[in-house]
Amino acid sequence: MHPAPSVIVFNTFSGLGFGLLFWLGLGALVPTGPSAFIWFTIAYVLSVGGLIASAFHLGRPERAIKAFSQWQTSWLSREAVCAVFALIVMAVYGAGLVFAGTRFAVIGIVGGLSSLGVVFTTSMIYTQMKTVPRWRHWSTPAMYLLLAVGGGGLLAGQVTIAVWLLALGAALQIFAWVAGDGRLRASGTNMDTATGLGHIGTVRAFEPPHTGTNYLMREFIHEVGRKHARNLRIITILLAFALPVGLLLLPFNHVLAAIAVLSHIVGVLTLRWLFFAQAEHVVGFYYGKR
Amino acid sequence: MTQLPPPATKKLGLVIDLDTCVGCHACVVSCKGWNTENYGAPLSDQDPYGAEPSGTFLNRVHSYEVQPPDGAAQLIHFPKSCLHCEDAPCVTVCPTGASYKRAEDGIVLVNESDCIGCGLCAWACPYGARELDAKAGVMKKCTLCVDRIYNENLPEEDRQPACVRTCPAGARHFGDLGDEDSDVSKLVAERGGFDLMPEQGTKPVNKYLPPRPKDEMPEFDVLGPYLAPVASDGKGFAAWLDKALSALPGNGT
Repeated sequence: MHPAPSVIVFNTFSGLGFGLLFWLGLGALVPTGPSAFIWFTIAYVLSVGGLIASAFHLGRPERAIKAFSQWQTSWLSREAVCAVFALIVMAVYGAGLVFAGTRFAVIGIVGGLSSLGVVFTTSMIYTQMKTVPRWRHWSTPAMYLLLAVGGGGLLAGQVTIAVWLLALGAALQIFAWVAGDGRLRASGTNMDTATGLGHIGTVRAFEPPHTGTNYLMREFIHEVGRKHARNLRIITILLAFALPVGLLLLPFNHVLAAIAVLSHIVGVLTLRWLFFAQAEHVVGFYYGKR
Repeated sequence: MTQLPPPATKKLGLVIDLDTCVGCHACVVSCKGWNTENYGAPLSDQDPYGAEPSGTFLNRVHSYEVQPPDGAAQLIHFPKSCLHCEDAPCVTVCPTGASYKRAEDGIVLVNESDCIGCGLCAWACPYGARELDAKAGVMKKCTLCVDRIYNENLPEEDRQPACVRTCPAGARHFGDLGDEDSDVSKLVAERGGFDLMPEQGTKPVNKYLPPRPKDEMPEFDVLGPYLAPVASDGKGFAAWLDKALSALPGNGT
């Protein structure tokens, strides 16, 4: 799959933002007054900024409002509905903290859980794709949720739990990569089933339908980027998980914490890039590519 | 609505004969022509006369080489467009309801004025049947020439998809695959028509007819014995002639 920058930015920063909203909503930290304003601003800049970035990959972003209508079948529509709900509820909760200095616990918990709901619905957009066997696995939503909660915890200064969540995240990500490597083969879709010609002999793509490239090849076939997958996986584990955990285990210091957050963000950007670049869409078989 | 309608009795679709397709791409051209000049956003091209031309097509012809365990390889031309699946995953993922399957004849269409160009339907399609038009920013796909097949302004023989109408080899057939007695259904039954990627569970309506087995040519050669090369160690008159001519000046061995 083509790793579109707008979608990578969206997945990374919205995940962090909604993760932070989750911790704020649950009352893991209860800032009031101007301090609450700063916390909520950070969370909204990340989550809403990510959502705006995602609009850049639309062909007709001016019609985005229509995406709220098909929540009965479409995970993208559910994500849109869930995001607006979570952002409104958390705004009410945040207003209580900023202006009244009061914590409305129930509103916070509803907002916090629906913030995680946004992350879950996002992950299901990918998980539902039967055409991309690597994504179609429970580890996809599990990883999205773990990254949101772990990264949000890191931002929210929940040191102890963030250490555990990030360590767990590293383990789950390694499992997801290793298990995902064989899933295209295991899916049973190959050039034989794609063309239905396997009973005659070995099928080889002889001539593509056109001399140049096309939308399908640009969107779904990304062989070049996978060349460095192994090194990028190591970089991801180091930056997204190992370095932040190491820094959090040192005596607390604001500079170290800031480095931990930055390292985590760069690591997750790499992770998301790999998430798309490594994913093989079955349409590639028609082109004899992956 | 992006909920799939209950299974229709009428299932309009194509039957594509991989045995007779000659790979001329006439269907590609007629499809591009009809769907650019008529309904909806035109199928745009980018850099059409430049170094890296690219464009939107609803129908593309691949060519595959198939190497049997014994004997010569076969070249098989393989036209591919929307298969109008019964269980169309492209429809249910659509967040706006732009993508839909018609209850009355099973044709899968896009309402272009509702499409936000998110591309998810193209992701969900295993066949690469949908392409996001780079100029219009909306998803384009085969309409089964819905603006031809019911069009009473056209002569009756033209009321079929442009690709079928133009195919010079008769490799494309259009009809109701939900009706067991239709010509296309009979063709599928006779020739063992098959689904592409059946394991994806999309239940495509379009069927493909497999290439017929190649004829086995028996080894026989009527003229062969008379055309055997002349032996260089000839005897009798030929040997004398060879020797005599070789002896002339300027002649080698």
